[in-house]
Formats: sequence, C-alpha cells, structure tokens
Amino acid sequence: MSAGILTAPAPVPRYRQPTRRWTEAGLLVAAYAVGAAAYIQVDLAMLGKLATDTVPVLSVIAALLLLVHGAIRLLARWADPILVPAVATLNILGLAMIHRLDLAEIQRANRNGGVAPPPDVYSQLTWTALGIVLFIVVLVAVRDHRTLQRYTYTAMFLGLVLLLLPLAPIVGATVNGATLWVRFGGLSFQPGELAKILLTIFFAGYLTVTRDSLALVRTRVLGVGLPRGRDLGPLFVAWFVSLGVLVFERDLGTSLLFFGLFVALLYVATQRRSWLVLGAVLFITGAVLAYLSFGHVRLRVDVWLHPFADEADTSYQIAQSLYGFASGGMFGSGLGQGYPQLVPYAKSDFIVSAFGEELGLIGLMAMLVLYGVIVERGLRTAIACRDVFGTLLAAGLSISLGLQVFVVVGGVSRLIPLTGLTTPFLAQGGSSLVANWIAIGLLMRISDSARRPDAEAVALEDAPTQVVSL
Amino acid sequence: MSELVLTLLRLGFLALLWALVLVTVVVLRRDLRAPRDARPLVVAAAPRAGSRPAKAPRSRSDKPAKPSRSGPRSFVVVEGPLAGTVIPLGTADITLGRAPDSTLVLDDDYASNKHSKVTLINGTWVVSDLGSTNGTWVDRSRIGGPTPLAVGQQLKVGRTVLELRR
Repeated sequence: MSAGILTAPAPVPRYRQPTRRWTEAGLLVAAYAVGAAAYIQVDLAMLGKLATDTVPVLSVIAALLLLVHGAIRLLARWADPILVPAVATLNILGLAMIHRLDLAEIQRANRNGGVAPPPDVYSQLTWTALGIVLFIVVLVAVRDHRTLQRYTYTAMFLGLVLLLLPLAPIVGATVNGATLWVRFGGLSFQPGELAKILLTIFFAGYLTVTRDSLALVRTRVLGVGLPRGRDLGPLFVAWFVSLGVLVFERDLGTSLLFFGLFVALLYVATQRRSWLVLGAVLFITGAVLAYLSFGHVRLRVDVWLHPFADEADTSYQIAQSLYGFASGGMFGSGLGQGYPQLVPYAKSDFIVSAFGEELGLIGLMAMLVLYGVIVERGLRTAIACRDVFGTLLAAGLSISLGLQVFVVVGGVSRLIPLTGLTTPFLAQGGSSLVANWIAIGLLMRISDSARRPDAEAVALEDAPTQVVSL
Repeated sequence: MSELVLTLLRLGFLALLWALVLVTVVVLRRDLRAPRDARPLVVAAAPRAGSRPAKAPRSRSDKPAKPSRSGPRSFVVVEGPLAGTVIPLGTADITLGRAPDSTLVLDDDYASNKHSKVTLINGTWVVSDLGSTNGTWVDRSRIGGPTPLAVGQQLKVGRTVLELRR
C-alpha cells in the first residue's frame, strides 16, 4: 500500500451541512411568542386590557427580531442557530418586566395623586435597538475574528482606560457608593461593561502567545508542579488590578468578574489545574484582606450572613428580595400579580427577584436554563473553533456571561454576598445591554467560521481536544 | 379579569416558557449528531476486481460476498463523520488522528491530533494509543498498551468506529 492515498484532504466537505437558519427563524418566532405573551399578560393582569403603547412596542420588537435575523442570514449564515433566540427571549422578558414595574409606578402615583416617573421601557427598548445595531456592526466590521488578535495590546490599553475612566475627575460619577459611571451631558454610561469585552480580547490574544510556556515550564515544589516565578507575573497583575478596582471604584462585582475570567482562561489555555488552585488561593487572600480593611465590603458580608438583623436599613434590599422569592414560591404569583415593586432597584439590580416572585421557581429555572444554553453554545463554539485565539475568545466571552449570571443570581438569592453586577439582557441599563449584544455578535462571528464547512483547515493541530467521559 | 382566567394565564405562561426551553434543548441535541442526510464519502474503494461499489457498510452482516483466504484486507470506518471510508491494508502503519499527516485524518473534536497507530506485527494488526486525551477503545474497553485487533472487532477513536474486514 502506498501510504497517503487514502488520506482524505481535511477541507473536503464531507456532507451537506445545513446552515440551520430556518431553525433559528422558528426559534425566534417562539421567543417572540413567549415575550409577547409575557407583555400582554402584564397588561391584562394590571389593567384588564392592553395598554395603549403595547401594540407599538411589540411591533418594534418584531421589527428588531426580523432585522437581526436578516442580518445573520446575510453576514453569518453558518453561525449557531440557538444563541440569538435564547438571548432575544431573555431580552424581551426583561422589557416585559420593566413595563410591569412602570405600570406599578403609574398606579402608585395615581393612588397618591403624584406624578408618575416617565416609563423606563422606552429607553430600554432604545438600548435594545442600539445593541442589535451594534451586533450587526460587529458582524460587518469583523469579517474574521482572527484579525482581532492584532489588536491584543490595543485592547488591553483601551480596556484599562475604560476601566479606570470613572475615576477621572470631570466625567466620572459615583452612584450608590460605587464609582463606575461616566457622564457627559445628560448621558451616562458604565464603561466597565465595554472594558470587559476588550479585556477578554486581550486575555485571549495574550494567552494564545504565552500558553505554551505557561503550560509546560514547571518547577517542582513539594512534589507539586508549579509555574515558574516569572510566569506568575500576569496572574499577579490581574490580581492587583482587580483589587484596585475594588478599592478605588468600590465595585465588588467587576473586580470578581475580572479576576475570575482571567483565571478561568488561564485554565482553558493551559489545561493545568494548578492555575485554578493558585487563583483560588489569591482570591481568598484578597477577599479576606478586603473584608478586614474596607467597611463597604464588611457591610456586604454582614448583610449576607444576617439579612434580617437590620432589616429596616442596611439589609432592606436583600430582605425584600428574599420575601419576594418566598411569596413567589413554586409557581409564582403570575406576571403583574405580585409586588416586585417593593424591592428597591427591582428594574435593575434586583430584576431576578422580581421574576422569582412573579414566575416562581419554575419560571426562574427556565430562564436560568436559557442562560445555561447560551453559555453552552458559547463553549461549544470554542471547542469547534479551529484556531486558539478564537477558542479562547469564545470561551472567555461565554465564561464571563456565565460568571456574571452566577454572581447576580447568587447575590439576590443570598448564596453569595451581594455585588453590583447587572443581569445580562434582563436588567435595565443600556451599557450592559449594548455590551452583551456586542459579545453575542463576536460569538456569532466565531461560530460562523467554526461551523462553515468549506473553511480552510486553519492550524487544525492547535485546536484542543475535547474531553469526553465514558 | 377574573381570577380563573388570570390563573390559567399564569400557568399557561409557565408552560409556554418551558415549551420554548424544551424545543431549544431538542435543537441542541440534534446539533450534537451528524445531520440525517449526511452522505458518506468514499475515499478509496477496496481494490478487488468485481467487488461491488463501496457504500456505507452499516452492520457486520454487510460483508463482501467473497471471503478472502487469509487475514484482513481492509480497514473500514463504520461510524462517525467519515463512515464508509475504506482503507486498503498493505504493510504500512496506519495512523489515526486530527493531524493533517495522519493516514486517516479525523475531523472530530473528540479525537487527538496523534491519536492511535495500527501496525502490522508478525501478521497481526496491533493497535496502540499515542497518548490521546480520550483514549483508544477496542470492543468497549480502553486499551492500556498495544492490543491485537481481530477481524470484526470494533476500534473506537473519538466518535469514529473502525473495523477490520476480510
């Protein structure tokens, strides 16, 4: 036998692979049906009829979904069919809940004879539209995700600037004790949300280059293979920066997300568990230090441990949130039939407890499964991706989404101390919504190139092997 | 709105939400398998005159009509994305993996770059693992060292299953 004649050239398409765009269309219709049902149910329960603006709002949402689907067909037709419908479902549910809380404010104002604040659902809808437009811009501007690797250090620089921008004298602003806002004119923005994506690009680019030395060079200490001292540098830098965020911006959530993401990506890039151990040790050290030296951290921990000790004051939010979950129970009170407006910041930080109250454990679990599906599709994209940079970027984007959901839901349900992160796609807040749509745009771009059958087999030997348990 | 209608709406919405989740999971499951209309690709047909055109051999009963006198003549992929591929056996080693220089290049996330090697030793084909992540399996057990492979035994590498055929 002459060797080689039977070698199938790698790029040959082995079977006609469907693009799954019609699957996506079907799922989008289902997502829209669920979202519209939620919106209409809110109106029926609270007003007994449709609100005057419900039909226009629902039409705008339908138009936006058509737009995003059309754009995917044109720009990323091989991309994953599940990501966008799952994201759209959560986004519309968030709009419905904000609309529901708007109505509660109007009703209270009518009862008390006051003036109702302007509804927030319009601005959230505008941000959704902007997010979708930027999603499309990402698909247009980034034709190949590998070009982003060229901007590794640019992304680091911009990311750090954005992360520190709230500390700048004129534009920075402190809201509720956390310095994470930038204001110019009437517009305010949380630059940390965009910094998250830029830093993920930086981590992915940096680890693509250095992962071999980080993975292979070990010194043995007490029989355990540990990285060399000089390879520990980046880990310590990440640790110091996230501690800095915690100290100067008093933002527990971003600090945690930032460090957790870096450690997770180190693990993905090197497949060495020792990084996780080192990361955990550093994290615990930092947490203990922060607890001992900062009043606001100690307050968070105390409120977490004893939510009903100072219910009227410091732990009011978390106690109300827990009452909300409790009154929701298994099946929930039904949309528009509970009292989620009693929790402060129910539209933003505590939107999860509003859902927990009105949809119950069963409804909230469905939403968490949707988040799980989004993360799974992201990690699946990472595995299928043919180049290391794309793998790390996709893994980083999905891990940061998953971490964020864990930190928020864990915080409002008192599994972990409360931190100030936003619930992706649900919570009121333009910066987070726009940034997360951009992240999904990047994932769709990577997924498009990973699933495209006739793509040239780029650096196939660099792709990681998926671990299967049998 | 009456209480009853609202209760029905409430439970109906939960059912609708879970229906969406379940549909999503079904789509997700389907995505893990190869598409149903996958057409196998024949790389090289068994080099015997008069043999019928190679097509995807699905079961062991689907053997060529005429048995040969001595040992196995070909190595056939029976499962996985490359199902239907036939590798005629000579004396050269056969390497399996994702690396482009493998004899059989697997486009399989579950296979390693250099996964396993099949070598002819004293007239017996012997398979050995090359330090793969997910291991090499013969008849559902993971091999520890070089393992002789008999005709009809199933060799599994990642999601690909191969068999020696006469």
